[in-house]
This record gives sequence, structure tokens and C-alpha cells, in this order.
Amino acid sequence: MNFLKVDAVHHTYFTKTSAVTALSDISLEVEEGEFVSFLGPSGCGKTTLLSIIAGLFEPTEGTVTLEGKQVETAENEMGYMLQQDYLFPWKTIEENILLGLKIGNSLTPDKKAYALQLLKEMGLKGVESQFPKQLSGGMRQRVALVRTLATEPKLLMLDEPFSALDYQTKLKLEDLVSNTLKLFGKTAILVTHDIGEAISMSDRVFLFSARPGQLHKTFVIPKELRDETPFNARNHEAYPAIFQTIWKELESLEPAGER
Amino acid sequence: MSPQENVKFLHQKYIQSLNREKKWVRFYQAVIFIVFFSGWELASQKQWIDPLIFSSPSKVWGLFLTKIQDGTLMVDLGYTLSETVFGFILGTFLGTLLAAILWWSPMLSKIADPYLVVLNSMPKVALGPILIVALGPSFTSIVAMGAIISIIITTIVVYTSFKEVDPNYIKVLQTFGANRFQIFREAILPASFPTIISTLKVNVGLSWVGVIVGEFLVSSKGLGYMIIYGFQVFNFTLVMLSLLVIAVFATVMYQLVELLERKLIKNGS
Repeated sequence: MNFLKVDAVHHTYFTKTSAVTALSDISLEVEEGEFVSFLGPSGCGKTTLLSIIAGLFEPTEGTVTLEGKQVETAENEMGYMLQQDYLFPWKTIEENILLGLKIGNSLTPDKKAYALQLLKEMGLKGVESQFPKQLSGGMRQRVALVRTLATEPKLLMLDEPFSALDYQTKLKLEDLVSNTLKLFGKTAILVTHDIGEAISMSDRVFLFSARPGQLHKTFVIPKELRDETPFNARNHEAYPAIFQTIWKELESLEPAGER
Repeated sequence: MSPQENVKFLHQKYIQSLNREKKWVRFYQAVIFIVFFSGWELASQKQWIDPLIFSSPSKVWGLFLTKIQDGTLMVDLGYTLSETVFGFILGTFLGTLLAAILWWSPMLSKIADPYLVVLNSMPKVALGPILIVALGPSFTSIVAMGAIISIIITTIVVYTSFKEVDPNYIKVLQTFGANRFQIFREAILPASFPTIISTLKVNVGLSWVGVIVGEFLVSSKGLGYMIIYGFQVFNFTLVMLSLLVIAVFATVMYQLVELLERKLIKNGS
């Protein structure tokens, strides 16, 4: 049985004046422990699909199952990281990372210790009683990662989590996130529009086309790149070839004259 | 001089210039105070202004001392102050509660929308006579005046701020499986504290208006009664005294709200 199964998902947004189809007939499967990326131009419904997988809303048609069960947010099995950290500015770092546990009524001393330990492993010792705005962008995004991991989600969803950071911080965080997830054997889905990021972090890349969002092609990243850290993968000799393949495919999606 | 010493020296100079500016601000504030009151006193004694209408600081001070000694000022002040504080708290609390209910039920908020607009544009003090007839010429009706004047505007302002909370905070909580109550407690309410505090500041002033008008109408006790009574018997020293006391205590209430603001809003700044 597949870990995560997205089966024939359609989604249409309705407004008074229009009905926009964001996703059309998406079917895909993700294995346990796998890291996959959703890559595509803007308007291809990546974030919509992620929200549906997270159970934030139901698709117009189709089903999403995690370990054979239909997804629901109330189960608290999903971790979701957004483009910006969205740490609550009026809560201390400690209150922020324990938020998920508090919401799920599972704030035991064990889990609290686990969350604080994670914070330490992310290189953020001694910031517990500080407030988010006292931290730098990269630190805050690391805190957001701890907050997401603290509830020990089965599936982690990363919605362009590095796009608001400067390049250097982004590269460092890619390594940190990739290593951490590998260490815990977490299944993860990364939404990105950065080809390099998709290649260097994932095992498989799903390429989407836009209007309506459709699954265009799936690329399997060669084993030698998967075993490297994202930073090293970018410098690996196998990297340019796969980059070119995906680049050409992306170009072919866009009608000439656009952009 | 080493660079470090130099920085220290420059920093000291900077602090000195700040202090100097502060002293000048205080000085001019004192000047305005003194010029206003001594000008008033002088103008009154020289009959440049009619002392019967405008009274004078010395007369007001004399009356203040007499009314302190016979205790009547404290009684009136006590009434007005407690009415205002109750009206203020009630108005803000009920307004916020109403806003929370509207946020909870989008359907209800759509239904209530035109009624809120009508109620908000209505001059609330015009409801005074009805309140007094309905609740009796008492403490209750004056508190109700103090509350009703601020409740609708509080509802509208706070509800707007509830709606404007960044939806991504809500998304974070939803992915943790939060229910609507948890979303309200963890994100909506704390994110709106700054707005609630600023409505508090507005409501301090509004409640005073409601209570004073209420006392005008009931005319039995309180600072508002002192004003209306002084007006009727043409004792404007009494009116001026009442005004000055109101000014002082309204300011104190405002300062207390600011103190609350500093306590409530903590984000490391």
C-alpha cells in the first residue's frame, strides 16, 4: 500500500463571476521516507494541491489518502511550513515551538523536552525566552522548522520555505533541512519554483503545467545526487544534465512570447 | 584619544543633547501652564473678561478647598468616576464580545451589517431620555449611557481587526488541527490587542461624554450635575471646578490605559 496517494484530484475555485480550475486530474503516489518536489510555473496550483493534501480543504473531486485513510487536519499528522516563518510575534520562541503540541493537547514533559532538544540541534541554544523579532530571518525559519517537527508529523509539507531568505542562508538551510529530514526518515513534499532546489533536495520531481494545473512529467533524480547534501549535489557532475532536461521541459510548457 | 574613548565621548554628548531637548520641552510645557492660569486670573481681576461667567483660578481653588472640606466634591466625584469606569469597561467588553460573535458566525455578521451601520450613525446620547425612563433615573441608566456610546464603534473597529489578521497565522494553526475557538484564542485575539487598546483609548473619552450627558439629564448627583446646577444658578466657579476635575481624572484614566498597553503588548520591543 502506498504511503500517500493522491487519486484523480480536480479542484475548481468559484467566485461570483468566474469558475477557475486550479487542478485537473492529478494522480500521484509518494512512498514513506521519500522526499519529492512539486515544480512548476506560477499558477500551476502547487500550493492548492499542497493545501488539499494537508486536508485544509476538500478537493472538488477526487481523494487524498495517507496510509489508506482520508486526510483531515484534526488528525494532526501533517506538518506544514510556509514561505515566511509566521512565528507568532507575541509568543516567545519556546511558546512558538510548543504551539502544535498545545493545540493537539499533547504537551507532555517528554514532548516538550524533545522540542527543546530539536531547537538545540538546529543551533539555536538559549533563544527560548526571546521573541521572534529579536532573531534573524534564517534563525526564525529554523524555529519554524522546529515548530513543525515538534508534533512529529508523518508527512512534512514545505511551501517554498526558502524563498524569502537571502541566497547564502537559503543554501545553508537547504542542507540543514535535508539532513534533518533524512535523519528522522520523514516523508516530505517541497513546493518550489527553483529548479536547482528541487533537484538537489528531492528523490523525485513532479513537474506541473499551468492553467489548469496538471501533472506534466515526473523526473527521478539519479542516486548519486540523492546521496549528496543539497550543496554538494549542486556541484556534482550529474547535476547539469538533469538541470538541462528539466529546464527544457519547463521552457516547452510556456507558450512562446510569454515573459 | 583612542577610537573607543571617542565613541564613548560622542555617545555622552548625544545623551546630553537628548536631555537638553527634554528640558526645553518640559520648560515650554510649564510656561504654557503658568501663562494660561495667571493670564486667566489677571484677566478676571482686571475685568477684561466677565468674572461672573469665566470665574478665576483663585475662586475655583477656594471652592475646591471648601468642597473638599465638606466632602461634597468627593461624593460627586465618586459617583461620576465609578459610572465612567463601569460604562467604559462594559462598553469595551461588550463591544469586543459582540465582535467575537460576529467573527464566529460570518452569516450573522452579514445579517447584522446594515443594523450596525444604522446604530453606529445614530447619535447615542439621543437615546438618553429613553434609557432613563426605561432603567430609572439612577446609577444603572448613567452607566448604560457610558457604555452604549462606545459599544457599537468598538464592535465595528474590533471586528474589522479580527477579519484582517493574516490568514497564514490561521493556516499554521489549522495544520495543527486547531478548532475555531483555539484559532480565536491563539491568533485572532492576541493579534488584535493593539487595536483593542486603541479603542480603549477612544472609549475613555466617549464614556466621559456618555456619563456627563447622563448626569445632565438625571440631574441629581455627580460632576455632570455640578455643571448643570452651576449653570442654572449661574455659579460658573462650580462649572469650572467640575471641568478641571474631569480633565484631571480623564487624563489619569487615559494614562492607566497606556500602562495596560505596555503590560499587555509584549513582543520583545
